[in-house]
Amino acid sequence: MLLSGADIVIKTLLEQGCNVVFGYPGGQILSVYDSLYKYKDEICHVLSAHEQGAAHAADGYARATGKVGVVLATSGPGATNLVTGIATAHLDSVPMVAITGNVATSQIGYDSFQEIDITGITLPITKHNYFVGDVTELADTIREAFSLAMSGRPGPVLVDIPKDVQMAMCEYTPAPAVVMNEKLPAKDKRLAVAAKCINESEKPYIYFGGGLVSSGAGEELIQLADKIDAPIGCSMMGLSAIPTDHPRFLGMQGMHGKFASSAAMNSADCIISLGTRFNDRVIGERENFNLKAKIVHIDIDASELSKTITAHHNLRGDIKKTLEKLIPLLDEKTHPKWQKEIDALRKKGLEYEDKREGMTPKNILELLNSYIEPDMPVATDVGQHQMWAAQTLKFSKSRKFISSGGLGTMGFGLGAAIGAHVGTGKKTVLITGDGSFGMNLNELVVAVENNVPLVILIMNNGVLGMVRQMQTMYFEKHYSGTVLGRPTDFVKVAEGFGAKGERVSTLDELKTAFDNAFSCDGTYVIDCAVDKDEFVLPVMSAGGCTEEIIVESGEFLK
Amino acid sequence: MNRYTMAVLVSNKFGVLNRVTSMFRRRRFNINALTVSETESAQYSRITVIFEGDDIEKQQLVNQLQKLPDVSAIRDLEPETSVSCELMLIKMENKADTRDEIMMAAKAFGAQTVDYTRESMVFQLTADSTKIDEFINLMRDYEILEICRTGSISLEKGATTIRKVTNL
Repeated sequence: MLLSGADIVIKTLLEQGCNVVFGYPGGQILSVYDSLYKYKDEICHVLSAHEQGAAHAADGYARATGKVGVVLATSGPGATNLVTGIATAHLDSVPMVAITGNVATSQIGYDSFQEIDITGITLPITKHNYFVGDVTELADTIREAFSLAMSGRPGPVLVDIPKDVQMAMCEYTPAPAVVMNEKLPAKDKRLAVAAKCINESEKPYIYFGGGLVSSGAGEELIQLADKIDAPIGCSMMGLSAIPTDHPRFLGMQGMHGKFASSAAMNSADCIISLGTRFNDRVIGERENFNLKAKIVHIDIDASELSKTITAHHNLRGDIKKTLEKLIPLLDEKTHPKWQKEIDALRKKGLEYEDKREGMTPKNILELLNSYIEPDMPVATDVGQHQMWAAQTLKFSKSRKFISSGGLGTMGFGLGAAIGAHVGTGKKTVLITGDGSFGMNLNELVVAVENNVPLVILIMNNGVLGMVRQMQTMYFEKHYSGTVLGRPTDFVKVAEGFGAKGERVSTLDELKTAFDNAFSCDGTYVIDCAVDKDEFVLPVMSAGGCTEEIIVESGEFLK
Repeated sequence: MNRYTMAVLVSNKFGVLNRVTSMFRRRRFNINALTVSETESAQYSRITVIFEGDDIEKQQLVNQLQKLPDVSAIRDLEPETSVSCELMLIKMENKADTRDEIMMAAKAFGAQTVDYTRESMVFQLTADSTKIDEFINLMRDYEILEICRTGSISLEKGATTIRKVTNL
């Protein structure tokens, strides 16, 4: 079948089972948009307000579904606007294929209008990227891009296609969807020594992250914990992989994590780490990390093993497959003494919890918990609201917490929430702050145009709370650049965009607003007042170095 | 701190060297020398990297290289089991009072004279990098006009070849 390069792009996307793309048109991607028009019955295009929003939407789609998210943009500014979105996906290992147009090959290198070296720009923030100089290589390049994006440790792949390649005619031979490289368990020899180490442990602790979500190993994780009687904690990227109320789950750990999980990891004698990378937000200073513990590190990416913390047992493999082989090698054990210790940590952690009444972040999100259904994706932006959400929200199904962890991208949430809805078809929640929302609120047009059932909760404190909190604590309350003082009326903003909106300042009002928002079919913005002096607590430094935990904001606010 | 020589077999494609060096730069690997050359196959180029660091850093370098889709094989070349050499061109000032000494030294090192004028002489030396360093040190007693070195290249001794390994 003789087809144009642009038609081949759409045909190969369809081959991969991709039936939705996010994007924004422009001069050098016109041919692909023409093909989208031709194949509009088979593939749906979601037009964003800005390419960054489209990239975050493709990312949110991928996080919520586990499928590859696809984003299209034109050359030049279209391509550079994708950069933050691609970097966000890269840092959180999200499978994404970004397709950009470029000027014709004869014009490449002449600084032509809207020419940019996007493969050069995205080199450090993609798993791999391609410049397709010949239409005969186009179909296989896109297939390879999908295979790479999904395989091993997932990540974004960019394919840059010059205009003449999109227009050139070429014989197209259909092919089946690419399959992920086979998922392999760790080597038997390594499994055996790791099992011995775990069997000798008296105080085992399981710490997991986003890799467990990618691997879909939630059940195996719980089997492991049950068999060796271990408590479980996770990094922020791991949230929602297992039910929040699972009795063995101590919660998110790290800088703003639960006291119990951070302290438990700190006193364990064996840490089994699954698909996580001992990031500085979790362990604090490397030097102060629990050095007594034997570490069993399982990850699909060999370069993560012993990268930050030197592990005693490095197992490279798919987590699900590796656990399937590891669990039978383990002795069934109980550790009553360790569990007693854990109970004490839990109790102590509860003492540190915020017990105030009224419009506190915790009470706001506890109320939201009663509205969130198991299938609803919840996206966040970045800042205090994100940490409050990570600490307070309850999940029962995997891939429901959608948040930018590694890059910490403010402005991620709205695009990601739209993508999550497009992927799941479910009502979606976005928790954001007035700072983050202000960054990319233009994407409201997309939510409204596509009638996305979206509940947006703006935790509005009039300041850039997370940074301001640090200024309060470490910079003598020099509130430089963090006081917004903007008279923005978010209800009117919502209405201006064609959504509905409501402002609340008490829990009763918030309840009514939630009732309205969750029964509304379209997009509903709740502008929710939060005190500017609310802190994200606890603040822990140095990997659950419990002596240095900060649990109250009082002394800082004096 | 150890010195390692790694041979890396990569696809012979536009931009691959950039991908490899970009990774070295952003992960701040301490690279002393790097050479790229054609190989027995038109499909592959061979990169020889001389790298300083400890064992953990070396493992990181290997792991990070393995993640690049264009890398198809990596080999850690030990000095005992491999042969290495480097090519240098050195241009010396040609003066009556130093000429003989320079020529003697060049002869002792087995360097060839590849250019000779009234004002200058150019020697070509193929040897291992240490020997080249020694020759340069000797020449510092005289007026060096220019030096150009290729960086070291290495092959394993015996019939073994760089093994094809699969990447994710």
